[in-house]
Amino acid sequence: MFSQVVLEMISKGIRETLYMTILSSLLAYILGLPLGILLVVTDKDGIAPRVLLNRIVGIIVNILRSIPFVILLVTLMPFTRLVIGTTLGPNALVVPLVIGSAPYIARLVESSLKEVDHGIIEAAQSMGASPSQIVFKVLVPEAMPSLIMGGAIAVITILSYSAMGGFVGAGGLGTIAINYGYYRYQGDKMLITVAILVLIVQGVQELGGRLMRRSDKRL
Amino acid sequence: MAYHEPMIELVGLGKTFESKNSYVKALEDINLTIHEGEIFGIIGLSGAGKSTLVRCINYLERPTTGRVIFDKIDLSEVQDYELLKIRQSMGMIFQQFNLLMQRNTLDNICFPLEIAGISKRDATKRAYELLEVVGLTDKAKAYPAQLSGGQKQRVAIARALATKPKVLLCDEATSALDPTTTRSILDLLRDINKSLGITIVVITHEMSVIEEICNRVAIIDASRIAEVGDVEEVFMRPKSKIAKQLVFSGANHIESFVGEDKCRIIFDGRTSFEPVIANMVLECRTPVNILFADTKDIDGKAFGQMVIQLPEDETSKKRIFAYLETNKIPHEEVI
Ligand SMILES: Nc1ncnc2c1ncn2[C@@H]1O[C@H](COP(=O)(O)OP(=O)(O)O)[C@@H](O)[C@H]1O
Ligand SMILES: [Mg+2]
Repeated sequence: MFSQVVLEMISKGIRETLYMTILSSLLAYILGLPLGILLVVTDKDGIAPRVLLNRIVGIIVNILRSIPFVILLVTLMPFTRLVIGTTLGPNALVVPLVIGSAPYIARLVESSLKEVDHGIIEAAQSMGASPSQIVFKVLVPEAMPSLIMGGAIAVITILSYSAMGGFVGAGGLGTIAINYGYYRYQGDKMLITVAILVLIVQGVQELGGRLMRRSDKRL
Repeated sequence: MAYHEPMIELVGLGKTFESKNSYVKALEDINLTIHEGEIFGIIGLSGAGKSTLVRCINYLERPTTGRVIFDKIDLSEVQDYELLKIRQSMGMIFQQFNLLMQRNTLDNICFPLEIAGISKRDATKRAYELLEVVGLTDKAKAYPAQLSGGQKQRVAIARALATKPKVLLCDEATSALDPTTTRSILDLLRDINKSLGITIVVITHEMSVIEEICNRVAIIDASRIAEVGDVEEVFMRPKSKIAKQLVFSGANHIESFVGEDKCRIIFDGRTSFEPVIANMVLECRTPVNILFADTKDIDGKAFGQMVIQLPEDETSKKRIFAYLETNKIPHEEVI
């Protein structure tokens, strides 16, 4: 159906998309996870309340989250060039992907950690657990199933953001879909890339659900 | 029972919760001494301040006024990191058990030992010892979700005992359990009190729990201590209104017999119940109506109380009181 050239292009697209998504997800979690923990810990009902700090971080997170990704992508171009040396290609897209999704991940992590029953935290405190022990021995392990599910959601969101990179020549399936579907009206090539994206999303969601069920000892 | 040193002293303790538009005095001028080795009950109605009080004892809640002296240490004077250390010698159990749901029984019991920095090997060894104490050796690898309420509370007790605390604080520890399970948990608490000599503070809203295991009891009402004393004493002769209400909680309906004069007869073990009422009826030649009875026969002696409806006419009434006086049977008129 497709020529060798097209197939190779699609397989390169898949590799680039997976590369961008996985790398950005990892880096975004390195930023977002501590930020989410900070939001929970410093909350006025948290284990180490710092109301002002909490407010400031909360506002920064909200501002970043309210900027549409395409705008962020363009706005960050000078910064991206500074860091990566170019604004083209998968590596260049990783920069806005990380900055755009880290605040979202912070909120996902925050909501997962807040699901942990306060009584369990109180029990840990009654045993003399320090705030950092509570974070790493209570909050994170107890929220693990929910964190995993949030992880799947985050990866899917980053994947869909990465497809928008097609507009700025970032590579990946998004670029193929836009080049063929939007600029050249070759619907079949666009359709196949979209179908692959759907399959990846489906796979990530499925994997997330499986890992969550396996990790959850309450079931 | 001979008591030793004071283990917990509460001196002029007060706690006020303040927020933008509310101001709640949860505790006011609480003075209590709990001795080493005793099982001390704190009872009160919901919202009386019991949980706040017990949370002040281990400083999960910082009192607004007054002092908590634990094992001769004034908790208001210690640094935060010292407080964490001190909490390792105060175990706590809760109504909702509060076990770590993602850890199995064994790892739950190891948790406080991990916090205390004890090696995994020693912690596991200690955890197995404790599983034996609470009778759950076969559930070492089970997760909390696979345990019954009573079993969860046993795990919680084992966990609370892991660091060999001097005090065990129990906040409504049996309130989520059925009566049979409650009894088995109370038996376990009594056993560990005896075998380990650990001081136990029992918070509850149920008089039966106090009756079952406590040596002494404090009754807390509307943020204040209404009455403190030996359990038997408070049971036999409740002085405060709230104490009477709690002691006779099964007899709330008595209040609804309006217009009738009632008398409460207290059985303190010196008299046996049947002859008292029978002889009274015979001697006073007047029938009485028993409105409420909560008595226990222990070795042929009666303990508890009975509320009787007094006859209408004054002479019969006087005869009954005279009879009770001469026979030295504790009693009081109920209004
Ligand atoms: N963190 C808090 N903030 C505000 N009010 C509180 C807080 N904790 C308890 N209270 C109030 O203090 C009073 C006593 O509560 P509590 O100690 O939980 O009672 P009990 O355990 O006897 O039912 C209640 O009126 C309750 O609403
Ligand atoms: Mg309570």
